[in-house]
Amino acid sequence: MQKLLGDRRAVFVLLGPALLLYTAIMLVPIFWSIGYTAFDGNAIRGFEFVGFDNYIKFFQDPTAWETVGFTIRYALIMTLLQVGFGYLLAMLYIFYLRKSSALIRTVVFFPVVLPTVAVALLFQKIFEAAPTVGPVNVILEAIGLNSVDWFGQPGASFAVIILMDLWRSMGFYAVLLYAGLVEIPEDVIESARLDGAGGFRLVRSIVIPLSLPVLLSAIIFSINGTLKVFDTVVALTNGGPGTATTPLTLYMFRTSFNYGEFGYGSTVAMMLTILCLLVTLVIFRSTRRDPMKG
Amino acid sequence: MKRFNSKRRIQGGIVTTATKRLRRLLPAVAVLGAGAIVLAGCAGGSEGSDGEGTGEFTYFGQTENTTIIGTLESLAEGGCVDAAGAAPLTADAIPGANWDQQLQLLAGQGALSNMSMAAGTPSLMKEFIENDQVVNISEELEKLGVADKILPAADSTLKALYDSEDLYALPTELNIEGFWYNKTILEENGVEAPATWDDLVDAAATLDAAGVQPFIAAGQDGWPVTRLVGNYILRDLGADALQKVADGDASLTDPEYVAGADAVAALGAEGYFGAAPGSIDYTTAMNQFLTGGGAFFYMGSWALGNFNNPEENTIGVENIGFAPFPAVEGGAGDINEVPANAGIPVMFTTQDYTDETAEWLKCVVEGYGDTALAESGVITGFAIDEAPSDLPELTTLVQDTIAEASGSVLWFEATFTPEGTTVSQTNGGGLASGTLSGEEFMQLVEAANEG
Repeated sequence: MQKLLGDRRAVFVLLGPALLLYTAIMLVPIFWSIGYTAFDGNAIRGFEFVGFDNYIKFFQDPTAWETVGFTIRYALIMTLLQVGFGYLLAMLYIFYLRKSSALIRTVVFFPVVLPTVAVALLFQKIFEAAPTVGPVNVILEAIGLNSVDWFGQPGASFAVIILMDLWRSMGFYAVLLYAGLVEIPEDVIESARLDGAGGFRLVRSIVIPLSLPVLLSAIIFSINGTLKVFDTVVALTNGGPGTATTPLTLYMFRTSFNYGEFGYGSTVAMMLTILCLLVTLVIFRSTRRDPMKG
Repeated sequence: MKRFNSKRRIQGGIVTTATKRLRRLLPAVAVLGAGAIVLAGCAGGSEGSDGEGTGEFTYFGQTENTTIIGTLESLAEGGCVDAAGAAPLTADAIPGANWDQQLQLLAGQGALSNMSMAAGTPSLMKEFIENDQVVNISEELEKLGVADKILPAADSTLKALYDSEDLYALPTELNIEGFWYNKTILEENGVEAPATWDDLVDAAATLDAAGVQPFIAAGQDGWPVTRLVGNYILRDLGADALQKVADGDASLTDPEYVAGADAVAALGAEGYFGAAPGSIDYTTAMNQFLTGGGAFFYMGSWALGNFNNPEENTIGVENIGFAPFPAVEGGAGDINEVPANAGIPVMFTTQDYTDETAEWLKCVVEGYGDTALAESGVITGFAIDEAPSDLPELTTLVQDTIAEASGSVLWFEATFTPEGTTVSQTNGGGLASGTLSGEEFMQLVEAANEG
């Protein structure tokens, strides 16, 4: 085994084709796109070199900053809620439901497999205000409040997007964290209880520290995914009203393909990449542990 | 193991230091970076290919537009049967939501069809024209001897739209726009068709007080609302008001232009567009009007297809009246300047343009007008040879209005950049629901149009 894996040529022959394909399909377009950030134009009218103008334009563009703000807000709130509720659900499965949790786990997980567009249409109808009034507004009117135009106001649209994504992904994080919580040895918990640790103390001092690796993986996974949200927003509000719920991904897509500005669009993509990189670095730095101790 | 004695060995395995790794990677990264800039610089610009026909006549359109493909198929069996024999018709369609995007991608790859619906944004069409992607129709029609089949009104509208001296698209539609209204609702509430903007606002107040939704508009699509803004400006400041903005002689944020947006925002603030207009799309709005959901419906005459369809129209076609966009008192514009457009016309691409394609072009120009009018009741920019005797009343009304119009005006976003058009249309719903003021709207659009 050592001989095979130690032999440079063998490694090269085995990895070569896959690496070539990866380079051609993933790396080349990425570097090409980085190159585009220094140009202005599109495939029809050609490109002209503009140097750092696109970056300067980005920093002076109010819409760009609005999208950055939305992206960060969405990522933070979504991660907090997703992982938080997932964790609560996982603890529910472990401590209260125990054996019968299999059915509940499946049912709560089910929305994860539904297509995003289908769920978005569902939520559009639930929160509808015109031409017919959806269930939520019917309930609001029944208790005496006015019906709300959910998709006509930035705050309300944001709330609906969060709600929809939470409903969809809660079950996934619950299952993920359940796998981590199940690893905690029963006797540790038993002995903690014998020592008089109540519910909250138990969670704070025993459960969370012992499930920290899985929790951190879930947080990293969640932040990475939520920073790049696209299909949910497009299917539900299409970035509206105006550009109030437009994330960086949608802004990049629109700039490149609707406005025909590949250079500026690539710059927005570059900014998103830098944001993701920064967040990942921050997380890894703050969770860096000596691999010897684990 | 001899291979590895150049590297340091510590307990646990073989290790290379970070600096050694960096030194080896640096040249590779530098080459890749330089390559990226070179690649990006050399890319772009489409390469035209030689005119080798594919033996087919390809058409690419939007799925929502069934008229063009229907007429082409009729022509393929009728007036164009010879052309179809040499190059059979092959059609493809996609939804209109990302139409311009798709055209840009295809143009960049040199994969546009022989005939396709034109770009929705005039500035994209101008790019196509400047980069020789579309056939110069004026020249071709001269060669084929059928230049007189294009109506002057359509010819001038299209040339004004693309700011060109020659025709680059065929006017498969010639539309006028105005307020279609539900006659019964107006009679029941004692309201007359308005002649001035103030009359319109008064009528809306009366209708609103009676519990009727005064205006129906597809706020989600945005343009039915921004049409009102543009038309108010044209009535108030004259027919060249928007061209002045495009030429840089005026700005959308000038007070007299903001007045147009304010006028529409005032309607929205009063709730005259109904509840949540930003969630109503085109089909829903059309359905609302045709089932008696409101009084006034600003729309173009392409909707005659829906109005004349008894399955869709439950209020009855004789119950629909037409009022031109009202005049603004003291304004420089005239109520007889009718907002007109050629819908989304069709273009012929220079890619694969052969003699067989030219044959198709000739027979389409000769036969399209009659066929479309007879079969779909659609008014086109082609001269008619034999006018059908049993035209629906609304169609005759539209034809008469076109004939009597003193001039035509283009729509609000006609001279905008793609970004300006998108921002204008995505914020139209905000105007209609009263969440955006006229000033805010104009600032957003002006910023997007400049950038």
